[in-house]
Amino acid sequence: MAYAWCFLLFMIGLYCAVVKKNMVKIVIGIIIMEYAVNIFLIMLGYQIGGVAPIVGRAELGAIDKVSQAFVSNCVDPLPQALVLTSIVISLGSLALMIAICIRTYERYGTFDITEIRRLRG
Amino acid sequence: MNVPLPLFVAIPLVVAFFLPILSGSGKKAKALATLLANLATLSLLVMAVLALGRTQDIQVYEIGRWSIPVGINLVLDGLSSLLLLAIGVVSSASMLFSTRYMEQYTARAKYLSLFMLMVAGMNGVVLSGDLFNLYVFLEVASIASYALVGFGCDNEELEASFKYMVLGSIGSAFILFGIGLVYGNTGTLNMAYASRLIQSTGLNPGLGFALSLFVAGFGLKAAIVPFHAWLPDAHPSAPAPISAMLSGILIKALGIYALSRIIFNVFGVSVTIGWLLVVLGLISMVAGAFLAIGQWDFKRLLAYSSISQVGYIVLGIGLGAALLAQGHPAWASLALLGGLLHLINHAVYKSLLFLTSGSVEMSTGTRQLKQMGGLAGKLPFTRAACTVASASIAGVPPFSGFWSKLILVIAAVQAHLYWVAAIIVFVSLCTLIMYLKVQRYVFLGELPENLRQIKEHTGSMLVAMAFLAVLCTFMGLLVIVPCLRAVVLTPAVKVLTDGLLYAANVIG
Repeated sequence: MAYAWCFLLFMIGLYCAVVKKNMVKIVIGIIIMEYAVNIFLIMLGYQIGGVAPIVGRAELGAIDKVSQAFVSNCVDPLPQALVLTSIVISLGSLALMIAICIRTYERYGTFDITEIRRLRG
Repeated sequence: MNVPLPLFVAIPLVVAFFLPILSGSGKKAKALATLLANLATLSLLVMAVLALGRTQDIQVYEIGRWSIPVGINLVLDGLSSLLLLAIGVVSSASMLFSTRYMEQYTARAKYLSLFMLMVAGMNGVVLSGDLFNLYVFLEVASIASYALVGFGCDNEELEASFKYMVLGSIGSAFILFGIGLVYGNTGTLNMAYASRLIQSTGLNPGLGFALSLFVAGFGLKAAIVPFHAWLPDAHPSAPAPISAMLSGILIKALGIYALSRIIFNVFGVSVTIGWLLVVLGLISMVAGAFLAIGQWDFKRLLAYSSISQVGYIVLGIGLGAALLAQGHPAWASLALLGGLLHLINHAVYKSLLFLTSGSVEMSTGTRQLKQMGGLAGKLPFTRAACTVASASIAGVPPFSGFWSKLILVIAAVQAHLYWVAAIIVFVSLCTLIMYLKVQRYVFLGELPENLRQIKEHTGSMLVAMAFLAVLCTFMGLLVIVPCLRAVVLTPAVKVLTDGLLYAANVIG
C-alpha cells in the first residue's frame, strides 16, 4: 500500500514536470519525483520494529544467541546510504536548474515557458 | 595488458578540480590550464589503446579492496574498452579543437573543468560494474553537460539548457527508480550478482517494470525518437567542441552503452525487448532523417542527423538481441558487429562534422545555411574534412560509414527482414541528400558580399579535424583486417553475445 502512495507521488511529480507552464513549477515537479524515488528507496530497507544494524561491544559475548533475531530484525542500511548520495546529487542538479531559471528570468522577464520560445520545436 | 582502472576516472577528476586554481586572467595560467587538459585527454586515449585486445579475460578492480558484492567494482571487458577508446578519441580531438576555438569565450578554466568532469563521468559509466555507481557517474556526466550546453549564457542557450535539464532529470529519476526496483527484487546492486539472481528466479513483474523504466530513462539519455525532443535544441546550442562531445559520445556512453549492458548482461535478452529496440531504432532513423532534411541551421541539421544515426545503432543492437533470443548467435553477432561499428564510426564522423561546423561558424559568424555559400575557396581544409565526414556518414564506399551500414544490411537480409534492409538503404539515401545540401549551401555556389574577407582559422583546430578525417578514411580497416577486428570489435561483440555469462566471468 505504501508503495502505491509512493508511486502516486512519483506520478504527481511527473505530471507536474510535464504539464505545468511555469519554470519554477516544473523544477518543483522534478524535485517531487526525486523525493518519491528517495522515499521508495528508504521503504525498501525499512521494517516496522526494526533495529539499527549495529552490534555494540557489550553484546559481543552473546552474539551467537542474538544473531538470528538480530539479522531478521535489522533495517537494511544500504538504501539509506543510497538515499544520502541521491540527495546530494539532486541538490547539485537543483542548484544548477534554479541558476538557469534565474538567468532566464533576467533575460526574458517571465517564467512562462510558452513565452520563452526562441528555438523552434 | 592490464591497465590501472581507477586512473580512467581519477585522472580527469583530479585535473577537473585542479584547473579552477588556474582561473587567473593571466595568459600563462590559461595556456597552462589548456596544456594540462590536453595532456589529460591524450593520456586517457593512450590508456584506452593499451586497454584494448582483451579477448578472453575480464579485468575486475574492487574499490578499496572490498570484495563484491559488498563493495563496488570496476569491470573492464571488450565492450567497455571499445567505449573507452571512442571516448578517448572524441575527447582528445574536441579538447585540441577547443584550444583555439574557446578563445571567443571567457572563463576558460571553468569550461575545461566541466569538460574533464564530463569525461570522468563517461569513463565511470563505461567501467562501472555496480548499478548505483553507474547512476552516480551518469549524473556527474549529465550535470556537467547541462552546464556546458548553457555555457554561452545567451537566450537560446539558457532555454535549451533548461529543456535538456528537465528531460535529463526525468530520465535520471526513471533510472534511479528502476535501480531501486532491481535492489528490492534481487537484494544486490552489483550487476553480476543481480544478473545471477535474475537468471535463477526469472523475470517477475517488478523486474519487468524496472526494465521498462530503464528503457525509458536510458532512451531519454540516448535521444531515441519518442524521447528525442531535447536533442535538436541542446546539441546546437553548446559550443562546437561540446556539441561534438555530446553528439559524438555522450548519448552513446550514457544511453546506448548502459542500455545494452543492462539488457544483454543483467536482464538477459528476449524477443520482445529486441523487437522493441528494432522498432524504436527504425522510427528514429526515419523521423530523424526527414526532420534533418528540412533544417536550415547547420548545427541543427547535424543534431537531427544524430537522432537518425543513433537509430542505426539501436537497430543493430535490437536486431542482435532478437536474433540471439531466437537462437541464431551467428547472425546476432553480425548485427551487433554492425551496430557497434556504427557506434564508433558515428562517434568519429559526427564529431568531425560538428568541429567543421564550429570552424565555419567561427569564420563566418553565422550558422544559417542560406547566408553562406562559396566557402570552398576560403576554407579549403574545413571543406576537405567536411567532405570526408559527409561521405562517411552517407555511406560512400571507401569511407567508414559504408562498412557498418553494409554489415547491418547483410544482417537484416540474413534474418529475412528484407523491409528492414530496404529502410536502412532508404535512410542512407536521405542522409546523402542532407549532406549534399550542406555541401551545396556552405561550400559551393555564390560567395556572399559580407563573407569576402573571412579567413580560415589554423593551428590546433586543423590538427583536430585532420586527425578525425584520417580516422574516418581508414576506419573501414577495423572490419576488413582480421587482426584489427579481433582486437577492437570482436571482444565487444562477444561480451554482448555471451550475455548472461557476464555474471560468471566477473564473479569468477
